[in-house]
Amino acid sequence: MAATQEEIVKGLAEIVNEIAGIPTEDVQVDKSFTDDLDVDSLSMVEVVVAAEERFDVKIPDEDVKNLKTVGDAADYILKHQD
Amino acid sequence: MSAKIKPSQGARYARILGVGGYRPTRVVPNEEILRYIDSSDEWIRSRSGIVTRHWAGPDETVAEMSVEAAGKAIADAGLAPEDIGAVIVATVSHFKQTPAVATEIAHRVGAGTPPAFDISAGCAGFTYGLSLAKGMVTDGSARYVLVIGVERLSDLTDKEDRATAFLFGDGAGAVVVGPSDEPAIGPVIWGSEGDKAETIKQTLPWDVYREGRPDEVRFPAITQEGQAVFRWAVFEMAKVAQQALDAAGVTADQLDAFIPHQANMRIIDSMIKALKLPEHVAVARDIETTGNTSSASIPLAMERLLATGQARSGDTALVIGFGAGLVFAASVVTLP
Repeated sequence: MAATQEEIVKGLAEIVNEIAGIPTEDVQVDKSFTDDLDVDSLSMVEVVVAAEERFDVKIPDEDVKNLKTVGDAADYILKHQD
Repeated sequence: MSAKIKPSQGARYARILGVGGYRPTRVVPNEEILRYIDSSDEWIRSRSGIVTRHWAGPDETVAEMSVEAAGKAIADAGLAPEDIGAVIVATVSHFKQTPAVATEIAHRVGAGTPPAFDISAGCAGFTYGLSLAKGMVTDGSARYVLVIGVERLSDLTDKEDRATAFLFGDGAGAVVVGPSDEPAIGPVIWGSEGDKAETIKQTLPWDVYREGRPDEVRFPAITQEGQAVFRWAVFEMAKVAQQALDAAGVTADQLDAFIPHQANMRIIDSMIKALKLPEHVAVARDIETTGNTSSASIPLAMERLLATGQARSGDTALVIGFGAGLVFAASVVTLP
């Protein structure tokens, strides 16, 4: 069953916590991965791959650069999940 | 009437008998790299794990470094140069299209007149060469094969490109592959992904100079698409590494050492996680002081792992090379 926006943000928070050690409560829709959460370009790839597995969605490399905020990523997943 | 052709007789199995390395004398710290790019020591370390690398001087040519590394590998194998029956050199930074540098190396190392040739398989060059050598030993076309990975990547580095200026280093690593009573080089899992050929590449072909005006053309350098390469290297290569383990019938628990191509410390760290390698496995982290030396990185890292006592002769190691092409090759080996 497809995840809701809220579930996706919660899942992303857990992924970002696991990969970058950021407290889950800091991972909010308006936060920028690089500027606010200190997720660098390589960690971002790990976040994306973990999100792909968790939400059964494909996020190609060329789309990754457009995912600036947690909200961008959540919207992308919401739109592309099966 | 077709005549009956006598087949060649090879050894039943092959193994790595000796390893040797050469690192250029000049050590280049991140501070020197920072003269040309707007970055910081902290940024370089956190993105790559690299603290220093070696850059070759004018006399430390591809051939010179190879001869040094090869001599050590032959001695480590307990052999004499004249025992060498074939020489394979993996490199992308020998700047003559022809002749192959392997013939000069074979001659200068004292191997006489064996078959000698270069191969171009990017950062998988060494592991490609290892697989060829195993085949040559087991089919009987050579008893002892010298496999060298050698690079002067400082010649192909754009020192003003902040994404790659800090990444590459120079050096040579060599092994001797010969007969074995037991299987000591597992099945190779290798391949290419030409649809990703643009992700790591030389910026310009050499024939750009045919038209003249070299002053207006920036010297060719190696560039890469960092995120795409990182994703492929970590997640696709972890699958290839697992296939190599499965093909050899070895579990991650049974490994003593993991010697991946030293591309980037972050790739190494993430591969360990993706492969779920147990903590007892010694991991080669030679990149910290050697940088990314492409085809030379695995034998250099192997030599260091053994020299520092982190791994021992007879240990079981997983080696995996991956890089421009894209190409990859992985196998489980017994360390010399």
